[in-house]
Amino acid sequence: MSLFADRELVWMIGGILVFLSIASLIAWVLKGRARSESAQATVANLVARIRAWWAMVFVFGIAIATGGYGSLVMFAIVSFLAMREFMTLLPTRRADHRAMVWTFFLFLPAQYLFVAIGWYGMFALLIPVYAYLLLPSVQVLAGDTEDFLARTSRLQWVLMICVFCVSHAPALQMLDIPGYEGQGAKLLLFLVVVTQISDVLQYTVGKLFGKRKAVPTVSPNKTVEGYLGGGGLAVLIGTALWWATPFALWQAALLSLVIVLAGIAGGLVMSAVKRDRQVKDFGALIPGHGGVLDRIDSLCFSAPLFFHLTRFFFT
Amino acid sequence: MLLERLVSACLRGLCRLFTGAHPRWLCDPRSLAPRVYFANHCSHLDTVVVWTTLPEALRERTRPVAARDYWGHGTVRRFIAERVFDALLIDRKTAEGAEQIEQHRQQTLDAMTAVLDSERSLILYPEGTRGSGEAVQPFRAGLYHLARTRPAIPLVPVYLGNLARILPKGAALPVPMQGQVVFGPELHIATGEDKQRFLERCRQAVLELAGERT
Repeated sequence: MSLFADRELVWMIGGILVFLSIASLIAWVLKGRARSESAQATVANLVARIRAWWAMVFVFGIAIATGGYGSLVMFAIVSFLAMREFMTLLPTRRADHRAMVWTFFLFLPAQYLFVAIGWYGMFALLIPVYAYLLLPSVQVLAGDTEDFLARTSRLQWVLMICVFCVSHAPALQMLDIPGYEGQGAKLLLFLVVVTQISDVLQYTVGKLFGKRKAVPTVSPNKTVEGYLGGGGLAVLIGTALWWATPFALWQAALLSLVIVLAGIAGGLVMSAVKRDRQVKDFGALIPGHGGVLDRIDSLCFSAPLFFHLTRFFFT
Repeated sequence: MLLERLVSACLRGLCRLFTGAHPRWLCDPRSLAPRVYFANHCSHLDTVVVWTTLPEALRERTRPVAARDYWGHGTVRRFIAERVFDALLIDRKTAEGAEQIEQHRQQTLDAMTAVLDSERSLILYPEGTRGSGEAVQPFRAGLYHLARTRPAIPLVPVYLGNLARILPKGAALPVPMQGQVVFGPELHIATGEDKQRFLERCRQAVLELAGERT
């Protein structure tokens, strides 16, 4: 499917570009106005974030434009980078090495292979069944029982989050929705736009109007106002995009709400993981944002939920 | 030449992919004067990582010191060591008898000073063998003798973190993780500095870099 053959897809991408241009313009105005040191730091971070957004939209745009396989490869790379960041933080032992090699060089490629060939059964079971049982078996053969349960659980969790969950985003394109054949790219774009715009708006509304801290022990920057205002606006935007989806207006609204709520949960859970491991960010690959996992934490939670709801009710 | 460059680019690409290698410099990364980089040794990746993170101009004039018993064996390994890294292969096997040991030491030292005299830098691992990655072993005397022979040449401590987890001893395949590479500030041997004190000072200089963010 070509990018320009689908009018709706062109409109969506055009909308993103307009949105980003406006953001860049606002940042440019703010840059001239910032006086205090903390304001300047905030604006500098904002500028870095927006610049990174342009790069991310560019990469994602190319992925979408090259059809299903392009986005598949892109998400496989995202999984790889996210897992690389996550593994770095794990307290692993020498005996885990072989199992970790398997997660990277067997389960990650296999999972995306099953998405590519559209084998839903194996896509859904590879990690929850095969990896779930094989990884501890490989670990136990190394003979080290110290901290065994925690070690094997961590590895499972990393694989679930970084590969299983993330792979549900490109897998949207393998769904056969009656009357929506070959248009899966828009479904993927819908998920990514609602998830990411929710993050952006929560951040923006929180910075502008945030007063009451929502979960101070986990993520001190998150506020009730940010969640309600930003999340609410994201649901509205998602609803307003119903024309590009196979959903009716009210269905788009409900699914957007699910995406936003799952995204909030994902962000919080991954924040807790960072606290636990005593790091601020998962990495430094994306300037202004942190690591890849910092950017996709909400997507890790929203993608599988959105995939299964869509699959259950619409195919 | 083409093959060497191709292999070199591939190795560097793979190294970035598997170690996320991104160096932090506390000394001047543009200085072309010969230096001795000395690092903690915990993985076969060490040389590839230091070599990958050096800027191209420096990489071209830097020769890693590598053990002949590992890097001199096998066609591929040997090709990489000699033609891609342009490594200075040295014999690690300790010779029998005091006289031969002294002779072997002198030969190694001469080979290394010859590299420095030709305006090129060295990468070496004063621990001798790979450690577990958790602790840095006491340094061997080679660094001291080299520093005393060429006291004007700056010594640069290099800390390599996490590489033992990426490719531990005995493992065939690496687990991709974020590695840590820190090039510390240059140091010199003081006139008349005691051997043990100097070696311990160098070891501490490497250890101090462990906390640096990359």
